[in-house]
Amino acid sequence: MNTLAATPIIAEEAKSTTRFTVPGMRCAGCIAKLERELPKVAGVNTARVNFSAKRVAIEHDAGLHEDDLIKALLNLGFEAQQVEDNPLGQEAGERKRLMRALGVAGFGMMNVMLLSVSIWSGAEGATRDLFHWLSALIAMPVIAYAGRPFFASAWMAIKHGRTNMDVPISIGVVLATALSLYETITGGPHAYFESAVMLLFFLLAGRALDAEMRTRTRAEIGALLGRMGKSASVIGPDGTARRVPARELEPGMLVLVAAGEALAADGEVEHGASSIDNSMLTGESAPERIGVGSEIHAGAINIAAPIQIRLTRTADDTAIAEIARLMDEAGQSRSQYVRIADRASRLYAPVVHALAALAFVGWMIAGAGWHQSLVIAIAVLIITCPCAMGLAVPTAQVVASGALLKRGLLVKDGSALERLAEVDVALFDKTGTLTLGEPRADIAALDEEARGIALALAQSSRHPLSKGLALTLREAGAAPATLSDISEQSGQGIRGQWNGVTVALERPDDAGEALATALLIGDDSHVLRFTDPMRSDCAPTLSHLAKHGVDASILSGDRNAPVQRVANQLSIPFAAEASPQDKLSALTALKDAGGRPLMVGDGLNDGPALAAAHASIAPGTASDASQQAADAVFIGEKLFPVALAIQVARRTMVIVRQNFGFAIGYNVLAVPLALFGYVTPLIAAIAMSVSSLIVVANSLRLASSANGDAR
Amino acid sequence: MTNLAFLIPIALLMGAAGLAAFFWAMRSGQYEDMDGAAARILIDEEDAEQ
Repeated sequence: MNTLAATPIIAEEAKSTTRFTVPGMRCAGCIAKLERELPKVAGVNTARVNFSAKRVAIEHDAGLHEDDLIKALLNLGFEAQQVEDNPLGQEAGERKRLMRALGVAGFGMMNVMLLSVSIWSGAEGATRDLFHWLSALIAMPVIAYAGRPFFASAWMAIKHGRTNMDVPISIGVVLATALSLYETITGGPHAYFESAVMLLFFLLAGRALDAEMRTRTRAEIGALLGRMGKSASVIGPDGTARRVPARELEPGMLVLVAAGEALAADGEVEHGASSIDNSMLTGESAPERIGVGSEIHAGAINIAAPIQIRLTRTADDTAIAEIARLMDEAGQSRSQYVRIADRASRLYAPVVHALAALAFVGWMIAGAGWHQSLVIAIAVLIITCPCAMGLAVPTAQVVASGALLKRGLLVKDGSALERLAEVDVALFDKTGTLTLGEPRADIAALDEEARGIALALAQSSRHPLSKGLALTLREAGAAPATLSDISEQSGQGIRGQWNGVTVALERPDDAGEALATALLIGDDSHVLRFTDPMRSDCAPTLSHLAKHGVDASILSGDRNAPVQRVANQLSIPFAAEASPQDKLSALTALKDAGGRPLMVGDGLNDGPALAAAHASIAPGTASDASQQAADAVFIGEKLFPVALAIQVARRTMVIVRQNFGFAIGYNVLAVPLALFGYVTPLIAAIAMSVSSLIVVANSLRLASSANGDAR
Repeated sequence: MTNLAFLIPIALLMGAAGLAAFFWAMRSGQYEDMDGAAARILIDEEDAEQ
């Protein structure tokens, strides 16, 4: 009953199942709360939490609307977002295929080994032949099934005239199996079935771990996604509003944008006045005032009052879609990156294949005859089959990314770790990257009582300023006061009663350009100003990067003055007022000059640059597109995971090279044995497992790489 | 040696049973939520309705 994937939609009782991502669940208490409290809501049947994916599947009456469920979740203290479909389905499928193959290989390995041990212990004659035949019967289907991921990948590489790690693996496995089968049929003494199956088992373990790491980080990232305008309230001719998904919007529709909502398409304001936060699109942090006739773009967040907008451009014509196209093109170069395992195998495969050929020719010349020469040549291939090589990279990367995950950095895959290790210059966006990207209030003027009232008011509202205020107050240790009759009016503010006094958070009269809110307690009024503070550890992060030889600079779309202020504070160079194209060309220029730039940014305007950079990192608050373009995502208010990523990535590459060193060292010892015909299946099996274990043990040293010398 | 005629099929059957159990566990979603399973053990069963 643990499954989410198999939860059926029970149609006959008019029940339906809706999935929500709930990024806020952190502990067992959250699971218990969600699963116990949700069924108490009218219409909800059961709730089942998947903690790894940070999701909850709610089975409810078909009549119950998703928005009511989101409200119910919010009442329990969890922000939630409906999950449309299963974006992780494909990867989960790949992981499952690998796990099944691993299970089959494990079964085959154990049974074949059982028979092989008896042969090594001295079984002879008819018994040995019987055991060889049994081994063949078990091993052949197991190899055919469990070897598919390698054979398929090797075949693809060869078809495109390239080579990768899977080519020597496949050749080794196929030849070992063929030779063993020949030996079995002719009643020969040596069959290598256990080596072939064991090789597949070890390599599949590495692959399965790798896939597990990717699904895990992608699930975490998936939980962060989906906060942008995915739908809009369209006002029909009769005045009623209905939600329409972004892709079904059409120019000419009239859309109501509530305060705090992100716009899903470009349009012109037809009714109302407000201010919008354009930082996702331009990097400009100060809100922009808009009125009737102003043009606003998809991705902008309406922060003051509800407005009505006549859509002008939708779906693929919006400014966002243009950026998406730029990102697509910029991302092309990254797909051409050759991973270290494949680079190693380009050197490795020709050498071992040449050695095997040489052994064959040498023994022929020495007059050993066809059969023996072939057996020795294949023994060379089996002994050099890159078992440790195949494990060298994935084990190190899996352990390292697990260590980084604990420190709040989600690395998407192994290739990202390899590229992160190579960066030599870092470019930072300002808003949302060096700064928090969320307004924080200046609450120094408030006393304990006022703080409690302000917190009680702020936490009842979903306005971005209220959220920022509530966060600041909670961090300052304020406890909410008890209020009654709380009511919120969009665009006006929120008010309530406190001990018979009217209290409110309102728009101040003299708001001007700066973000501010007024706290009213009876007749007293405090104006609270908001700023977008810098992340607290910018300076140590940058100096840590410098220690690793990575120079940092700012590349921002914001105005010159605020960027300069931040740059001076951190004493790093800067470039301001950069458009998405400017950022992209800055990155391209750096790459053309031979640099390997790291881009750290959050906004949509950073998207093309993130895609074009040699490696890129985005904060967890970044736009969906940016998180998808980035190689890694960091969570929380600290910037330090960025420096940590570089440090751990470099440490990982050191370990990977050591692992390669072990694998090559083992070959240097084992190949002469094979060349002179001393290798038996027993020696091959021992050599293979020992070298694999050494590599795995060495990789495990990375487990603590993200702690300790972190600062 | 005739023992082998029994022992080998038994060994294979036991291995196959283990493999079948693994496949069943995977199909029924036992590995879907590993972190959740670790956390669930900490939930008090005061009003045990799960």
